Amino acid sequence: MLRWFGSILIVVTLSITVFAVAVDDKPLKDPVKEAMARALMKEIRCLVCQNQSIEDSNADLARDLRQIVRERISLGDSPDNVRAYLVDRYGDWVLLEPPVNTSTYLLWGSPFLLLLLVAYGVMRSRREQAGPAPLSSEEQEKLNAILREGDGK
Amino acid sequence: MNGFGRFIPLLIVVVLVGVFLSVMMSDRNPKEIKSVMIGKPVPTFEIPNLFDGQSALTDARLRSGKPVIVNFFASWCLPCRAEHENLVTLASGYTVDVIGIAYKDDPEASRDFLDELGNPYAAAGVDRDGRLAIDWGVSGVPETFLIDGEGVIRYRHWGPIVGDSLRVQLLPQLEELQ
Repeated sequence: MLRWFGSILIVVTLSITVFAVAVDDKPLKDPVKEAMARALMKEIRCLVCQNQSIEDSNADLARDLRQIVRERISLGDSPDNVRAYLVDRYGDWVLLEPPVNTSTYLLWGSPFLLLLLVAYGVMRSRREQAGPAPLSSEEQEKLNAILREGDGK
Repeated sequence: MNGFGRFIPLLIVVVLVGVFLSVMMSDRNPKEIKSVMIGKPVPTFEIPNLFDGQSALTDARLRSGKPVIVNFFASWCLPCRAEHENLVTLASGYTVDVIGIAYKDDPEASRDFLDELGNPYAAAGVDRDGRLAIDWGVSGVPETFLIDGEGVIRYRHWGPIVGDSLRVQLLPQLEELQ
């Protein structure tokens, strides 16, 4: 039973990969440009499915965007130009990796902020573990006086 | 823990509850991404007219000196069907031209769609391969744009104009321009 289930799982997994590759668009004739276009497609978000790249997605819009990427690359656009073309229309959101700019400082900085916060917490708890600070000479004298008084009884 | 430190967990809870409540109360759609086209002039274009025998639809039509509304639609799109009544209301009840752009649709099917549900469009064009929609940053139909008299995009409504979104969102934006 388990083996049967396992083989179904394998078939399903394999067919998903096949789907992802079997897109009905035509690769560019120039293998260098095709590789450039494919690399770029992995960076572009599919706006319909949102957490897939247009390279992975079967959505209609993703296919159109792949076509645009190929067209632009074949016309000699640099990947930066193509990225700018898409960001002009869909915003930074279309890039799977957000660029560092004023609206994303917090996003990129948050791991470091968190690190600082944790460091601060660790330092505090260490200080607490070290126990109370030693008595000042004044306090020590007071304590001695109290102890002496106790002895006198 | 000293005096202030004791209240830090409480403070965190209060802030989190505040954040969650404000997000829950706002009618924000998490799937909706703010359009970067707002504030930009409409893209230049020239597309075939949906109605045979009429001249092509160009961006000049959107620079008429009066605000216009541009609606991307398709006959195969169910949410478009849902919002259509509101578009008809908008076109008949308010002094604004609604321009339709049929997205990836067979013109015959688009015309049948308008015959069936009524035609709110002062003009309509055909974006057969969906390229124009991409120039507008459209990610799916329906999407509706509000253009001022100079041809600058002022507002985008993502998804169907249903429920009270005509009254609460689109109309106030339109009135502001008029």
